[in-house]
Amino acid sequence: MFHIYNKIRRTGCVTEPFPMPDAPVVELGAACQKEIAAHFSGSLAIRMIDTGSCNGCELEMHAANNSFYDIERFGIHFVASPRHADLLLVTGVVSRHMQEALKRTYAAIPAPKLVVAMGDCAGYGGEFGISYASCGSVSNVIPVDAIIPGCPPTPTVLLQGLLQLLRQ
Amino acid sequence: MITQQQPTQGKVSSFADQLTAVGIRIQEDKPLPGMTAQLKLRSKDWGFAAKVAAQNKLRWSAVWGDHRPPKIIIRALLFGVDGHLLLQTEVTEGSPELPSQAEFFIVASRPERYLQDMFGVRFQEKKDNRRWIRHQAWLETDFPLRQTFPVAGNPVENTKPDNNYPFPAVDGEGVYQIPVGPVHAGIIEPGHFRFQAMGENILRLEERLGYVHKGIEKIAVGRDLDGLIRLAGRVSGDSTVTHSWAACQAIERALEINLPPRALSLRAILSERERIANHLGDIGAICNDVGFSFAQYQMSRLRELWQRQNQLIFGHRLLMDLFVPGGVSVDLSKDDILNLQLEIEQLRPEVEELLPLLLECPSLQDRLRDYAFLTTADAQRLGAVGYVGRASNLQDDLRRDAPYAPYDQLDVKVPAFSEGDLIKRMRVRGEEILISLDLLSKLLKQLPEGSLSVDYSLPGREVEGVGLVEGWRGETLAYLRLDDQGKVLRYFPRDPSWLTWQALEMMLDGVIVPDFPVCNKSVNGSYSGHDL
Repeated sequence: MFHIYNKIRRTGCVTEPFPMPDAPVVELGAACQKEIAAHFSGSLAIRMIDTGSCNGCELEMHAANNSFYDIERFGIHFVASPRHADLLLVTGVVSRHMQEALKRTYAAIPAPKLVVAMGDCAGYGGEFGISYASCGSVSNVIPVDAIIPGCPPTPTVLLQGLLQLLRQ
Repeated sequence: MITQQQPTQGKVSSFADQLTAVGIRIQEDKPLPGMTAQLKLRSKDWGFAAKVAAQNKLRWSAVWGDHRPPKIIIRALLFGVDGHLLLQTEVTEGSPELPSQAEFFIVASRPERYLQDMFGVRFQEKKDNRRWIRHQAWLETDFPLRQTFPVAGNPVENTKPDNNYPFPAVDGEGVYQIPVGPVHAGIIEPGHFRFQAMGENILRLEERLGYVHKGIEKIAVGRDLDGLIRLAGRVSGDSTVTHSWAACQAIERALEINLPPRALSLRAILSERERIANHLGDIGAICNDVGFSFAQYQMSRLRELWQRQNQLIFGHRLLMDLFVPGGVSVDLSKDDILNLQLEIEQLRPEVEELLPLLLECPSLQDRLRDYAFLTTADAQRLGAVGYVGRASNLQDDLRRDAPYAPYDQLDVKVPAFSEGDLIKRMRVRGEEILISLDLLSKLLKQLPEGSLSVDYSLPGREVEGVGLVEGWRGETLAYLRLDDQGKVLRYFPRDPSWLTWQALEMMLDGVIVPDFPVCNKSVNGSYSGHDL
């Protein structure tokens, strides 16, 4: 146990002011917190759904939760049930096998709700497009409020995208 | 740890004689580059040949189809201590019937069901003929990988969910079912798990995948080589290097391209970096699934630093799009090499400090040790690969056992344990990180000078090739057939997840439902790489 505490002590706090290189977005971060405080009672609850991604976007979503980015400090957190969510974060093209699951997840989120398409696939169809197996971009199936481009979007880009949406 | 033992398997080079000895008529072909042997069989002998292969302890690796009207060519890949063997037969599109190999290799069952859904091949005397990859997006009478099926298909506006998939139920007082998914509670890909449970105990689990089937094989057809590599890099996002390499290798073998040594070393550097990043993430995630957040914070911190270095030096956090046919598109300067070497010296002591911390922590031991066993016998029955196989003493590693350049110049150690419990699947990853750091160190130190890629010309005729690389999940295959213009006629990527997903079903004896997520994480099969 002592070793664990010692490792924690030596590691210290690695969480960074966000985002590092881009000063204007620090303002946006503060603004975002304000928006979340005003419209979402201080916390924005995200339900994620992968409807046909390659898993790249999920990896970066995980990264947004690591100690460096620590997305929760802005009041943004991922929830297990769509019933608890304010925002649906969709990754991947919508495979036809996931079409109904996406619609039901969307329907299960209480209104008013936001939908964000994360990554080039969810936003524009990406590498997979429309076919016998894929409906293409998310907007072909449910209404989308914002697209965060990238393949995959980095945690920084993901956060910037969310902040921009909240400011609108 | 066991490192000395050789994989307990037969030889593919004697397989032809073994088949002839039992009266199976075969035709030996000149093997495709990279293969040790290649045999053609009559379709009626397909099942019996698998029986002989099983008796001679070959590992079953893959089966795939290729529609060349009016025939459907079926190929299976077997692995022995002396390399890979390609088994080939053909059926007619009018009555595509084939004896099943699943009786002798249980892991062949789902790939056969995949062939049934995608090509309409009917497997005889097979217990399980249920649909596998097909849900409701196309009709039972349509077969997307037949040439006559249009890539756009005939979709309806709203595809119905696949509600009536027949899961066998367990009967008995107090037995109940828990349907989980396709949408899970966490940040994870979609799939369905059907538990039959009694109280907290799992009696039986059956997986149902195919939710993220996005038609990769079909949309690959007609692409040029660059387009194909872009697609291969997205078969499974966490294995982008692995699948890109496998596809590139298939192209290069088909077109007889010899790579510059520098390109090969750079590919191996990328591949080992991918392995380390994923293993770091997995160790943290396994611990996190039993509530041990210390490990998650530490490992995700190390992974993030690793990914940032990827971004800094290679321009992409997950190393996507760095492969080109004939080489790589990224180079390392002298400063880059120094930085990467420095990074190795920083990561190694961290991992060496953290691993014993985790392995000695009583509360973690209590949750992970002597639990969720995959016995060596079950792993062998399955032909499990990668860390799943190694934790159960199945040590196959292509980098050592069927080495491709530059691994033929390197001494690759393969960690293995005999117990097959959950913590060994975590520990194998830890050991592999340290081994990969050694490999990286050597690769960087001995990085050959020279060009990054070679020019190549198209052969002006139809060619085919098989690529096989050892990704972080295990043996990864890419089959390619190209036309005279270098356009793709057939692309089949086989993610190692096909060989490990079933391990998850087999390790749940005595496991309670709330511990399922950590078991799932210990296998960490790719949904996207499986569903295609």
